[in-house]
Amino acid sequence: MSTLGTRTGTTSPRPGELLLKVDGLAKSYTSKGKRTDIIGNLTFSVNAGEVVCLVGPSGVGKTTLLKCLAGLHPSTGGEMSIDGRRIYSPPPEMALVFQDYSRSLMPWLTVEKNLRLPLRHLRLPQSEVRTRILDALAAVGLSHAAKQYPWELSGGMQQRVAIARALAYRPEILIMDEPFASVDAQTRFDLEDLVLKIRDDYGMTVLLVTHDIDEAVYLSDRIVAIGLRPAVVLEELTVDLPLPRNQLDTRALPRFAELRNHTLSLIQHASAKPTPSAMEDAVPGAAGAPA
Amino acid sequence: MNTRKIISVAVGVLVPIALLAWWYLASAGSLNPFFPPLRDIVVRFKELWLFDHFATDVLPSLGNLFVGFAIAVILGVALGFAMATVPVLNAMLSPVVQFLRGIPPVALIPILITLVGFGNEMRVASIVIAAMFPTMLSTIDGIRSVEPGLKDVGAVYRFSRGDRLLRVYLPSSLPQIVSGMQVSLQVAFIVMIASEMLGSSQGIGAMTLLAQQSFMSADMWAGILLLGLIGFLTNILFDLVKNRVLSWYVSSKRLERAA
Ligand SMILES: Nc1ncnc2c1ncn2[C@@H]1O[C@H](COP(=O)(O)OP(=O)(O)OP(=O)(O)O)[C@@H](O)[C@H]1O
Ligand SMILES: [Mg+2]
Repeated sequence: MSTLGTRTGTTSPRPGELLLKVDGLAKSYTSKGKRTDIIGNLTFSVNAGEVVCLVGPSGVGKTTLLKCLAGLHPSTGGEMSIDGRRIYSPPPEMALVFQDYSRSLMPWLTVEKNLRLPLRHLRLPQSEVRTRILDALAAVGLSHAAKQYPWELSGGMQQRVAIARALAYRPEILIMDEPFASVDAQTRFDLEDLVLKIRDDYGMTVLLVTHDIDEAVYLSDRIVAIGLRPAVVLEELTVDLPLPRNQLDTRALPRFAELRNHTLSLIQHASAKPTPSAMEDAVPGAAGAPA
Repeated sequence: MNTRKIISVAVGVLVPIALLAWWYLASAGSLNPFFPPLRDIVVRFKELWLFDHFATDVLPSLGNLFVGFAIAVILGVALGFAMATVPVLNAMLSPVVQFLRGIPPVALIPILITLVGFGNEMRVASIVIAAMFPTMLSTIDGIRSVEPGLKDVGAVYRFSRGDRLLRVYLPSSLPQIVSGMQVSLQVAFIVMIASEMLGSSQGIGAMTLLAQQSFMSADMWAGILLLGLIGFLTNILFDLVKNRVLSWYVSSKRLERAA
């Protein structure tokens, strides 16, 4: 796995400064006149250079949250901002790796051209474009597949193409929706380490959704656990495991097991059927916060 | 698998040959003025089309067909794009389009004759108007069914408007556009012949009708034979181009079926 080259000039927040802020976010879908509140009054933030994992039971609204953050869906309440600017439409400093990877690659373009397409409007010199593409493909271990079409690749390879596309774009913040769900264990470890590496090498900030509690503990500086319907932050916990992390040693630490068990019990608690009182506890403010 | 393919190709070639042979033999001694012997038809075919009337009648017909088809496709794709991406336009035009597409294209020719006259413009105009609808409607369908995931990619990576239209919407809906174009081509062909039959003294259609009206059956059959050949060859040409342009689509579908 090779390096990703240098990032081009940024005026972004320095490491540790606030980058992404979600304040009282609410989101509901209305279909056939019936309103469903998916997210209610959700608040958290991500600092520059951090790796933050969002964990939560299936169907809680993690993908919905990311799509609001990316400016793809309008929120129905609260505020989101990046670099101090409110998010209304997709912000330029963000790249998103979609959960539904097979539907996010252009089937009429080769892998290489899929990576090239988002770079067009950045108007970079050709040599820079080429280096970025080669580096990103090397980083995900797909240099050999540059000339193939996405539909010729396995699911895991397609997902890695989608990750490479985001890497070549060099965002300030990389948002990933269950990016490693369909790769084998070894590739998964490699890609997890790649995430840590791009943060270390380029100061890229990463917000990652995962089902896998071990993965969240291994990767994160902080874990944001969300649950209940409408979804709220159940707990934010700082992962005080030493850096740099290492697949064998880090996972063997007693503290790793503690954090893992703590997070797991949080999630299990939240995915149990919410009692009416728990529902009421969860919603204050959500109803009274239209966009 | 391979032998099956060989057999199917062989059958595909042999059956038409057998039919022609049967026609040739069965019609050999025919005295029926309406069904002359195939031998006579072939002779007239050579005399008429190779290459006496080729420049004066065949080329203009083909020219009209391709010019009309090309304009129809350009207009159809452009209007389809506009209607699928601009809701106001769609609301305005949709009822009109739905009404117009219901009129059999050939029925428009008399109107066009009165409007545009008997010239070549009339023939091309009829082809354009009639052949535009299939391409336009399939373009609208194609754009409406662009994968939402791909639209999201275009939004998140902030593609320019041009890139979104030309590099996401167009290629994504191309399979549908092309199958609409294939229907447009057939319609264009029909209207080309009809426009010549109804309002012209030139062209393959006009010559074929004239032959029928003057009881020159062999000439009439020769004309029909030529029309069949042109239709057949145009379709083959279209398929070749289609498989070229949509090779990603063809191969991905084949892979999907194999899986
Ligand atoms: N467009 C929509 N209209 C109505 N409801 C929707 C829509 N999109 C998602 N939902 C609902 O919102 C809820 C949250 O969905 P979401 O995809 O965000 O969950 P998730 O946490 O990402 O789940 P998973 O972990 O399985 O990916 C689900 O109950 C889903 O049915
Ligand atoms: Mg999801």
